[in-house]
Amino acid sequence: MADQAIADNEGAAAVVTEGDGVRRRDFINIAAVSAAGIGGLAVVIPLVSQMSASKDVLAESTTEVDISSLQPGQAIKAVFRKQPVFVRSLTEAEIAAAESVSLNALRDPETLAERTVEGHTNILVTMGVCTHLGCVPLGAGDGENRGEFGGYFCPCHGSQFDTAGRIRKGPAPTNLEVPEYAFQSDTLIRIG
Amino acid sequence: MSFPWAQQYEPKYGLTKFLDEKLPLPRLVYNAVGAGYPVPRNLSYFWNFGVLAGFCLVLQIVTGVVLAMHYAPNTLVAFDSTEHIMRNVNWGWLMRYAHANGASAFFVVVYIHIFRGLYYSSYKAPREMIWLLGVVIFLLMMATAFMGYVLPWGQMSYWGAKVITGLFGAIPLVGEGIQNWLLGGFAPDNAALNRFFSLHFLLPFVIAGVVILHIWALHIPGSSNPTGVEVKKESDTLPFHPYYTAKDGFGLGVFLIIYFAFVFFMPNALGHPDNYIPANPLSTPANIVPEWYFWPFYAILRAFTADFFFVPAKLMGVLAMFASILVWFFLPWLDKSPVRSGHYRPLFRKFFWFGLIPAIVVLGYCGGAHLSTTTILLSQIFTAYYFLHFLVILPIISLIERPEPMPYSITEAVLGHDPDSKLGPKPTTASPAKA
Repeated sequence: MADQAIADNEGAAAVVTEGDGVRRRDFINIAAVSAAGIGGLAVVIPLVSQMSASKDVLAESTTEVDISSLQPGQAIKAVFRKQPVFVRSLTEAEIAAAESVSLNALRDPETLAERTVEGHTNILVTMGVCTHLGCVPLGAGDGENRGEFGGYFCPCHGSQFDTAGRIRKGPAPTNLEVPEYAFQSDTLIRIG
Repeated sequence: MSFPWAQQYEPKYGLTKFLDEKLPLPRLVYNAVGAGYPVPRNLSYFWNFGVLAGFCLVLQIVTGVVLAMHYAPNTLVAFDSTEHIMRNVNWGWLMRYAHANGASAFFVVVYIHIFRGLYYSSYKAPREMIWLLGVVIFLLMMATAFMGYVLPWGQMSYWGAKVITGLFGAIPLVGEGIQNWLLGGFAPDNAALNRFFSLHFLLPFVIAGVVILHIWALHIPGSSNPTGVEVKKESDTLPFHPYYTAKDGFGLGVFLIIYFAFVFFMPNALGHPDNYIPANPLSTPANIVPEWYFWPFYAILRAFTADFFFVPAKLMGVLAMFASILVWFFLPWLDKSPVRSGHYRPLFRKFFWFGLIPAIVVLGYCGGAHLSTTTILLSQIFTAYYFLHFLVILPIISLIERPEPMPYSITEAVLGHDPDSKLGPKPTTASPAKA
């Protein structure tokens, strides 16, 4: 490239000092190309970043759920980040069933205690999104098929979840995701 | 480049002479798809499908631009605006059905075009670049078709978008970030619909650009032909116009009869009824299936049910699905046989007809069917065969196969004798000219 620059600028060669020192023209060339390159990269930042979730989408990224009317054995379907979230009040029998399972028998070993908040182990909050391909599992509504393990059943490809929302059978690789959430009061959950 | 005996463009009138000096566009067309492009004289109807694919692209762009004048890419009204096109817009129903079935027609035509390339080894030297560009076009087509299917914002649109963008979530560490970045949110919503519309409008023009490169690359060695013997002299070729414009015109007529039979008499036969239900993020359709042209790839995706060493099953499925097309990029170097045409390759022919084609057909069936242990098992077997065919069987065949005798020239293949042939006429058992 340097050869070509010299060849291109034979007329200008007369004003350039002889020797190996950095020529004025080389300096300008490198500086100009570098500035253009950095400028080009800087343009990419907004072009890529505009694709990410916008402020209004992020503003809707928390959801509050009132569980004052939730009876044991029932579940509420709420919407969190445009996706269903299940808030379920477990019965004594369901808690016992979840706690009686050996962790070694689980594909994605987690205890019920790890999947709930201390002091509220009877309230199970999970995403209503199957970890296989994103379908909405059945089991939150009254009379819906809860599968062999009494938790949730995904109708798409037959994944079965137990009463702690853990994968027990079928193609889903992991347990139903537990979103970040906290109890604002005994009857109000803030998700996200 | 062209053969030395190609007819020369000679403008006769004042206007054409003027144009030829200032902007020789008529000359370009004459040399590309006119009398100035000499083409092997023995092309079969399989060689119609390139022109038909070009026709489909134009059809999709024309109907698509019209639809975009009436469609609104917003989750609140997208579904309604699609119904508005169907019910209120003058001829809107025709435009939408022509566009939806045009997508299927485009894929039918392109699949036959690819089939032709695979059987006659059109991907071999000196035509590797044509093949590589063709695979790029196919990938762009898949992206375009997927995003177009999301636009009506029906149940299948929504859940298709969710499952397909969910594929990126399988990538370790960065997957979820990429998924959210692609969607502009945590699930398909207005941001996703808007960008899909924007890209669905843009990509066809990118495809058109790559098609121009595809044709440019084609015109350097010239078209292949069913014998796979290269053009040697003038008696091997005919000018594209009028000979192949006429043949392509006939093929186009047959294509249009079949295409409009769908558009007018069974416009929803290839669609899915669930997509006439507005998108509902809280309720999943019983069987999420893509359009038929993605079925074989969807079957490969679903074939992986168990973790493979440390790679999770879901990621394996995603990798295999992408690899099933990316392997085509290596085809010119995997098949080392110097013989191009499957007509003269007995072993290749057997594995092609009784291996690859049934594998793709069964995978297609499994991809569209309800998931069951049978369809999963079939998908696994034929996914394995699919990759074995390209990565193991083809290279081995090209080493051990003894090809059948080939004609000296295209002229001999057509006329049965060629005065230039030193060895004189010889029997060609599988002459395609007779087929």
